[in-house]
Amino acid sequence: MSVEVENLKFYYRTRKGSVKALDDVSFSIADGEILGIAGESGCGKSTLSNGLIHVCPPMELAGGSVRLDGKNLPLDKPDEMNTYRFRNLSIIPQYALNAMNPTVKIGRYVQDLMQSRGIDYSAIEKLFADRLRFVRLPEGIQKRYPIELSGGMKQRVVMVISTLLNPSLLLCDEITSALDVSTQKVVSALVAAFRDEKIVKSVSFVTHDVPVLYQIADRILIMYAGQVAEAGPTEEIIHAAKHPYTQALVAAMPEMASTYRQKKHASIPGKPPALLDPPEGCRFKERCPYRMPCCDERPQKRLVGNGHEVYCWKEDL
Amino acid sequence: MLQVEGLSKTYNKSSRARVRAVNNVSFSVEKGQIVSLIGESGSGKSTIGNMVLQLTKPSSGRILFGNQDITRQRSRSSLKEYYRKVQGVFQDPFSTFNPIFRVDRVFAILHREFFPNEAAEAWQQRVEAALLSVGLTPAAVCGAYCHQLSGGQLQRILIARALLLEAELLVADEIISMLDASTRIDVLNLLGEMRERGLSMMFVTHDLSLGYYISDRVIILYKGVMVESGNTQTVFSDPQHPYSRSLLEAVPRLDVRWDELPPRPASRHEAAMFNPDCDKGSPRMEQIGEDHWIAVRDCLPGTEL
Repeated sequence: MSVEVENLKFYYRTRKGSVKALDDVSFSIADGEILGIAGESGCGKSTLSNGLIHVCPPMELAGGSVRLDGKNLPLDKPDEMNTYRFRNLSIIPQYALNAMNPTVKIGRYVQDLMQSRGIDYSAIEKLFADRLRFVRLPEGIQKRYPIELSGGMKQRVVMVISTLLNPSLLLCDEITSALDVSTQKVVSALVAAFRDEKIVKSVSFVTHDVPVLYQIADRILIMYAGQVAEAGPTEEIIHAAKHPYTQALVAAMPEMASTYRQKKHASIPGKPPALLDPPEGCRFKERCPYRMPCCDERPQKRLVGNGHEVYCWKEDL
Repeated sequence: MLQVEGLSKTYNKSSRARVRAVNNVSFSVEKGQIVSLIGESGSGKSTIGNMVLQLTKPSSGRILFGNQDITRQRSRSSLKEYYRKVQGVFQDPFSTFNPIFRVDRVFAILHREFFPNEAAEAWQQRVEAALLSVGLTPAAVCGAYCHQLSGGQLQRILIARALLLEAELLVADEIISMLDASTRIDVLNLLGEMRERGLSMMFVTHDLSLGYYISDRVIILYKGVMVESGNTQTVFSDPQHPYSRSLLEAVPRLDVRWDELPPRPASRHEAAMFNPDCDKGSPRMEQIGEDHWIAVRDCLPGTEL
């Protein structure tokens, strides 16, 4: 296992109390695996990516641990994390399109970045050029300003920079959400290519777009209100989901197979709970069609197949 | 009901460079019909929506609404009359609402501007009926500020507002791209219900699966040019223009993976087709099936279908 996350909690400190954005989450990512993480706004998926990279106020580590290649990450010590960040784990942020400095050329930007990490740029210059070629960008990108590139090109440049030092874990946070369908396909295929070429060991691919995960993820983790609802192999999560929330989420996706007139998709009634003071027990219970008295207690992890975990009390899963 | 004829919009970037944002686009929307304008960034889909909403002035072409050319009338009263019948809902609901007004203020303005003679009580009842019909609880939303409501609720309030005006055409510009999966399908289903009541819609989207789910007809746009249009089922099951084909192949699906897509039979009209990337001038729409049209080069000899 290259990544092991155990009972991880990231809270946001506010005047009214702690918002439990990520509350007791455990999962692991194997070597060479792309783990898709899906859920709706406020489920904690972006908090997870951001917290693994940099815990900074108002976010705080409220418990749990993360092991990367067998070593515990000092998540609560940002300075120590600096030795891991970029080298061992790296992120492609949600707003990658705005990640670069608009006033310096891309080559200079990378040079500065390397300098801040104490790495000699001349040693990595050729690798940078090779990688730009690998993502099929034209020659001479280093001499251009970010404004001269299209959205998809900038996204690819950021992908190259993030993975330049061959990190073990690559965190992709909603990287396809702002892109057009054709660019979306190129970018997500590139993430898979990075993994295939062993540039990165494992990938956590966070998105709200379940169909994209079906295309590239090996396993999918479904999050709801700061906790894991279900995790398992992609095929099983999409076509044989066990958790009522996963079933509802997948059923709510228009997927080019039926139209409104043929078959109306059902939505999920209600809305997610406020995480300032989340309800006891299963967090989906208010919206769940199978609610039972025992749902007031937190459901335990149940294994329902090879690597398929469900957090639900329902008997006949 | 709405007829768009030869609509073009050219922006002058500098004294020499011009951008043809919309290039000779023609289509119509019938009563109770949802027509999707589908395209990627820069396809001109929103510009067309804005021109229909009279927010942008076309460079050439006509927009007929109920047989009247709206590009010619510019007086305040005729514009107000037009907005009673044609309403727009946009992508970001949070920036549509004034953050310091409560939601009821939106309806109060509507009352004052459009129905000054209606008694307050009767109006209140109509507001509540409209909110109920879009699946909202009047008591819960009326006293709220927009930051207290979800994006889905705000979009539904705007649709309720259009219902109160008894609008005939709704221009929905990417109205669900900022919503969550569970609310997204809710608003989409609401549009379907509104269609059954006879409301017509121009549904502007970059998301092909949404367009496929909800619309009767689709228009696929690329660089301001209509490349393919027709009945939704026909276009999606048998796309002919290379651009529509590549677009459809890129849509992430839940049943087939990208590399497992079965190959499509070769396009039947490849040679004559208009390619916005290299062809100059304007394309002509050629009918290739029952309600199925593709853009062909207009002036090249020997390339007839």
